[in-house]
Amino acid sequence: MTKTTELRDEITIKFAGDSGDGMQLTGSQFTNNTALAGNDISTFPDFPAEIRAPQGTLAGVSGFQLHFSSRPVFTPGDQYDVLVAMNAAALKANLKTLKKEGTIIANISGFDKKNLRLSKQESNPLEDGSLEGYRVIEMDITRLTRECLKEFKLGTKEKDRSKNMFVLGFLYWMYNRKMDSTISFLETKFKKKPEVLAANIKTLKAGYHYGETTETFTTRYEVKPASIPPGEYRNIMGNQALVIGLITAAQKAKLPLFYGTYPITPASDILHGLSKYKNFGVRTFQAEDEIAAVCAALGASYGGNIGVTGTSGPGLALKGEAIGLAVMLELPMVICNIQRGGPSTGLPTKTEQSDLLQAFYGRNGECPMPIIAAASPSDCFEVAFEACRITLQHMTPIMLLSDGYIANGAEPWKFPKAADIPAIEVGFKTELGAEEEEFLPYKRDENYVREWVIPGTEGLQHRLGGLEKEANTGNVSYDPANHEYMVKIRQAKVDKIADFIPLQALDNGPEQGDLLIVGWGSTYGAIKSATRDLLKEGYQVAHAHIRYLRPFPKNLSDLFKNYKKILVPEINNGQLSKIIREEFLIEVEQYNKIQGVPITKGELITVVKQLLK
Amino acid sequence: MSINTNGVFKAKDFATDQDVRWCPGCGDYSILKQVQTVLAQLGLRPAETAVISGIGCSSRFPYYMNTYGVHSIHGRAPAVASGLRIANPDISLWLVTGDGDGLSIGAGHLVHALRRNFNFNILLFNNQIYGLTKGQYSPTSEQEKITKSTPMGSIDYPINPLALAQGADASFIARSMDRDPKHLQAMLKRCHGHKGTALLEIYQNCNIFNDGAFFTFSDKATRPASTIYLEHEQPLVFGKEGELGIRIDGWKPQVVRLDEGAYSKDDLWVHDEKDQFKSQMLTRFFDNPTAGEDFLPRPFGVLYAIERPTYDDLILAQLDQAIEEKGAGDLDALLAGSETWVVK
Ligand code: SF4
Repeated sequence: MTKTTELRDEITIKFAGDSGDGMQLTGSQFTNNTALAGNDISTFPDFPAEIRAPQGTLAGVSGFQLHFSSRPVFTPGDQYDVLVAMNAAALKANLKTLKKEGTIIANISGFDKKNLRLSKQESNPLEDGSLEGYRVIEMDITRLTRECLKEFKLGTKEKDRSKNMFVLGFLYWMYNRKMDSTISFLETKFKKKPEVLAANIKTLKAGYHYGETTETFTTRYEVKPASIPPGEYRNIMGNQALVIGLITAAQKAKLPLFYGTYPITPASDILHGLSKYKNFGVRTFQAEDEIAAVCAALGASYGGNIGVTGTSGPGLALKGEAIGLAVMLELPMVICNIQRGGPSTGLPTKTEQSDLLQAFYGRNGECPMPIIAAASPSDCFEVAFEACRITLQHMTPIMLLSDGYIANGAEPWKFPKAADIPAIEVGFKTELGAEEEEFLPYKRDENYVREWVIPGTEGLQHRLGGLEKEANTGNVSYDPANHEYMVKIRQAKVDKIADFIPLQALDNGPEQGDLLIVGWGSTYGAIKSATRDLLKEGYQVAHAHIRYLRPFPKNLSDLFKNYKKILVPEINNGQLSKIIREEFLIEVEQYNKIQGVPITKGELITVVKQLLK
Repeated sequence: MSINTNGVFKAKDFATDQDVRWCPGCGDYSILKQVQTVLAQLGLRPAETAVISGIGCSSRFPYYMNTYGVHSIHGRAPAVASGLRIANPDISLWLVTGDGDGLSIGAGHLVHALRRNFNFNILLFNNQIYGLTKGQYSPTSEQEKITKSTPMGSIDYPINPLALAQGADASFIARSMDRDPKHLQAMLKRCHGHKGTALLEIYQNCNIFNDGAFFTFSDKATRPASTIYLEHEQPLVFGKEGELGIRIDGWKPQVVRLDEGAYSKDDLWVHDEKDQFKSQMLTRFFDNPTAGEDFLPRPFGVLYAIERPTYDDLILAQLDQAIEEKGAGDLDALLAGSETWVVK
């Protein structure tokens, strides 16, 4: 029987199953393999909120979405071409996002009576005709796996744990892939459990051979390598890039990095990541609560480290008072806020961009601080580095915004060489200047920046505190005019940062036109892809993505003037829109989606077409 | 700024030019003076000393010390100091907090600092009242206390700070008083000598809102019977002429007379700072001497002092260990990760 290979431009696969089915591992293995094959990729995992939600239920479905292509891709894909459903709940939860005529790979043993009942389905979708129009590949993965492992001494439960390898092997066959990278991954993972290792490798190969030998499968697909800029690449997730960015900045500033934090989804991986790099001098401190975490980071900054804290929305709310203190003390500190659905506990595992206003205004008093936002997983590296540069050189805390979508999403990253990354110049004050009689801790340079002194430095003792400071001396002052002056100078210091950031560039599109789509944060991929398609169709649409949200780049106002309309898509109820209206006194169109999931390219294209009708 | 040239600092070198703004007669003045005196006596340089505080009357302390310092936010001094301690392992680090700051809004941080055993000293000024906010009851105020916020008397059960510290496995627990400068100085020196978190509770008189809260323990007439001054390896003797002592009757401490022939010093409990079980009992010597006949005296001095590894030493040791095991961090290797591919 002949097997043919069809060429495809791009494929989106969704792996879905119970949280115990190993879908995250399957997805990330397929991702790495795909990256090695030279495709451009973008991925997005979606976890259930509970660690071990009841098996077989909709609440327990864990998924991993992967978009790969022979062209550059910027999102994990709007709709799936292939849905791997390990059970009935996984199918039900994901079917609506499967393309018409898409492929379903269903594990039929996950569609028994119990699974149907748990997923609240009256009849079996594999049998009742409701999947008409889709291409359904039914496999009894559980049975096939047990069959292939019948000679192993492992228990049934342990054998069943290998079934994700069967799926992976089958997909490797379907997309013409080598298995080497996964085999070597398994060898490391199960180094100490040779029996489990052998079982996994055998199942992986069995899945592959199943595709090869079974007559029902006649077509394989191939996605050619993408033409992406030459260079050396790796795969990177957002929080991972943030970790590397922080460490790189610390190395380039020649300062120890101190990370004070409290576990919170989806920021905890930053702590996990950093705690592995103590050989870079990274001090990680898992504090007793969010407030202690930020206070410890500030204390470390006072002591001459780069103090960093990380959290998500609810934690940021708790940190507010201490961030205000950092603004008063005028010490460096990076606050990483990996946003999630709010308010309150909200949607911990779902993404949202709804802390922008909190970042801007969520503190008592006039309390300005710079804000910088990452646009994609790999962008977290640059943004983390920039945040450290700004905080160290401008003596102000800075807020770094990322979100669950970026934090857990992954993409290939053309990583830099250490030698090509510039140093961050940091000058501690170590003695009185020739003209100085005494140290004035709140004396400022031409950028309104005060000097940083490490405790222990002879002759420069000074006291900092949350009470209003007298200009220059830093002594406590209740003087009315002084307070107004200090409020204004703290604002001016933050505004001045605009001189030290790049001007806003267009990401794509004409310099003048009908519409400018203005985004920030994780909407980057969707806006970029939509703009690309719209330009192809002849629309006069451009895309600007704002990294520096406070202060804004100086040319932003002029940029806005070149377009008839401005559209701000956001995963919130219109927070940047509000700020732009207030700051620039212009009207903007909003597109808001507040469903805990990313905005898709398709939606955006529809919105733009409607707007330009 | 006074720059001392001969390298020997006096108490006044630890003072700033700022006007001290506590109410006249406040117990804080004495504590400030003893701290400045002791730091000078210990031969510390102002530049190698830092004082971190929270919010409250006592927390103004750093402004009056010509050292490094942070007047932080309410209750958070231990958290700020934790980060500073890790960043800066060598300076002499002192925290100043009060019963509201350290035992109410900041009780959580206090407990965690104690169990982690950072190498710093916590001076807990206990005046059993909120002073800065003008006279509400505090977590150490006694029940039935009439204050601005408790016109019918407080119904809050008070915290026993040293029992709390013992519960948090503090490695050093001591008590002193503003009105006993000599003892206070001795205790401050002990704090300095302790490696790990030293918690010193200092009874401090707030003459404006809670005058005389601890006078029983300082007045000539009542002091002898209501206080006991602990000395390591010495029997628990107190009273005007040393006529009273504490013995342990089974599990119970008992006050006995030494002048009636039934008991002598040899029968008494001998204080051992390193004995955790006995120190737990001592922290429970918390009777109100004015309430009745039968009471245990309030202990002053070092109730407990042991050595155990400090958090700051442990964290730095892990950094060294990581370098030993993996080599100093290689940035290029970090950037590349474990799997890379080349696009041509
Ligand atoms: S209110 Fe009480 S504690 Fe505060 S300064 Fe005045 S006397 Fe001292």
